[in-house]
Amino acid sequence: MGGGAGTVRTTTLSERLGANRFEIDEEESHIVVDQELCRTTGTGKAIIAVCPAGVYTERDNEIVVDYAACLECGTCLVVAAPGALTWRYPRGGFGVNFREG
Amino acid sequence: MTTQGGEPDFDVIVVGAGPAGSVTAYRLAQQGLSVVLIERGDAPGAMNLSGGILYGRVLDTVFPGFADEAPVERQITRHVTTFLTPDSAVSLDYRSDRLSEPLDAVTVLRAKFDPWLAGKAEGAGVFLMPGVRVDSVLTETGPDGRPTVVGVQAGDDQPRARVVVAADGVNSFLARGVGLRGKDPTNHLAVGVKAVVKLPRSVIEDRFGLTGNQGAAHAIVGDCTLGIGGGFLYTNTDSLSLGVVLRLDDLVRSGRMAVEVFEHFLEHPGLAPYLHDVKIREYGSHLVAEGGYDMVGALAMNGMVLVGEAAGLTINSGLTVRRMDLAIGSAIAAADAVAKAIGTGDVTEAGLAGYRRRLEESFVMQDMRTYARAPKFLERSGMYRAYGELATDLFHDMFALDGIPRKHLLAVARGAFKRSPVSVRQLMSDGWAGVRAL
Repeated sequence: MGGGAGTVRTTTLSERLGANRFEIDEEESHIVVDQELCRTTGTGKAIIAVCPAGVYTERDNEIVVDYAACLECGTCLVVAAPGALTWRYPRGGFGVNFREG
Repeated sequence: MTTQGGEPDFDVIVVGAGPAGSVTAYRLAQQGLSVVLIERGDAPGAMNLSGGILYGRVLDTVFPGFADEAPVERQITRHVTTFLTPDSAVSLDYRSDRLSEPLDAVTVLRAKFDPWLAGKAEGAGVFLMPGVRVDSVLTETGPDGRPTVVGVQAGDDQPRARVVVAADGVNSFLARGVGLRGKDPTNHLAVGVKAVVKLPRSVIEDRFGLTGNQGAAHAIVGDCTLGIGGGFLYTNTDSLSLGVVLRLDDLVRSGRMAVEVFEHFLEHPGLAPYLHDVKIREYGSHLVAEGGYDMVGALAMNGMVLVGEAAGLTINSGLTVRRMDLAIGSAIAAADAVAKAIGTGDVTEAGLAGYRRRLEESFVMQDMRTYARAPKFLERSGMYRAYGELATDLFHDMFALDGIPRKHLLAVARGAFKRSPVSVRQLMSDGWAGVRAL
């Protein structure tokens, strides 16, 4: 379209996340998954699909959580089956710190 | 948690320094009450994100002429609605000076705008406490035998107040903790995925046809989001806010990943004229509760009220999502009702009932009711894909001279309909439903 205009240079998810400022809480994760419930309820697949930050990946039939990349939207929590996911906000000051918003 | 006894440390604790919290705190302090505004971020706005459009009329009633003083980006004077297919676009382009005088919509970046608003509250005497996460509310058994909120738990601290205002956003753990809100169904929820990209000011003005502090808001539906939800592209002073809003039930059903849909949007050739050579500045996401009027439940209990998104106040009209103006409207209603309740010494649910009444009388609930059918209308899937194809097909037949003898417009339209899955009957039915819902 537009006389062969090219597409925008692709950014990868990690490049986009890399542009953000995060204050990582090294002591505690604000996300905990119940592996068994994630498998049996389909929660694992759902949270992998909806998370815009790619926090959740699957490795060896287990959900791996990269909580440091969390954008704190809470979308995973609303698609999770009861008990499959514990998600709260990081402690005060920690987590993503928007400079734009 | 249940505690007993103790005098309140403040008249009011407001949790969350977004527009809802800061305006509530500001108005309460103005009426002489002692107010603490507790914010999880190290600074107000650090945890906050929105698509970027603030309908400013209501804030202008609180701070007249705010747009001249506050760090707003651009005044929206041009609204473009685009139906996109893989290789074509049909746009409706509305531009008017009437959109800037009186002020209508401005773009904002929350990490810059929210500190200004919180600063206004501080200036009125509000005690701002940043970097503190409120974990839950403290309750005691009230005189009516029901739970009464008497303060909050924040780490090891338990500040107490006559009234707690939960302005803690769409996920409102405070409202959920006391059962004021349950779990929302996924057809009431959407995820917004957004990027802010840098572009020189003059380039923005050239590409979007703007001068001075004029701004453009593009709403985009169709192929750019693979038919799931819609996209937006807004101009800031020297950056663009762009992204997608995807309804969770549609997203899960599609088998796509949110990241994948966002990247498809970013790379869509239809957007390339606006987005080439941009530099990524920030990436974020936000949960959008778009259940409309049906989603607003109880707004008060003994000692506590909900404002803004925590109260479920969001309108998705299909082309724009409104949150901040409703948040500010609810803040005005809540602050005035809370001040009155404290004045009379009755902060029970009954004493705080004036909040609901004021809200119902204001534009907030009137608009929520006006758009009550919008969520159902937007479930009619034709909106986002088939209509774009129909429209681009129609315009192609009108404008492309391919050697085949021309037909009258009516015949062209009939042909386009024949090729489209959309029937004239369905178009009229959707059109009628749309007129009634929006």
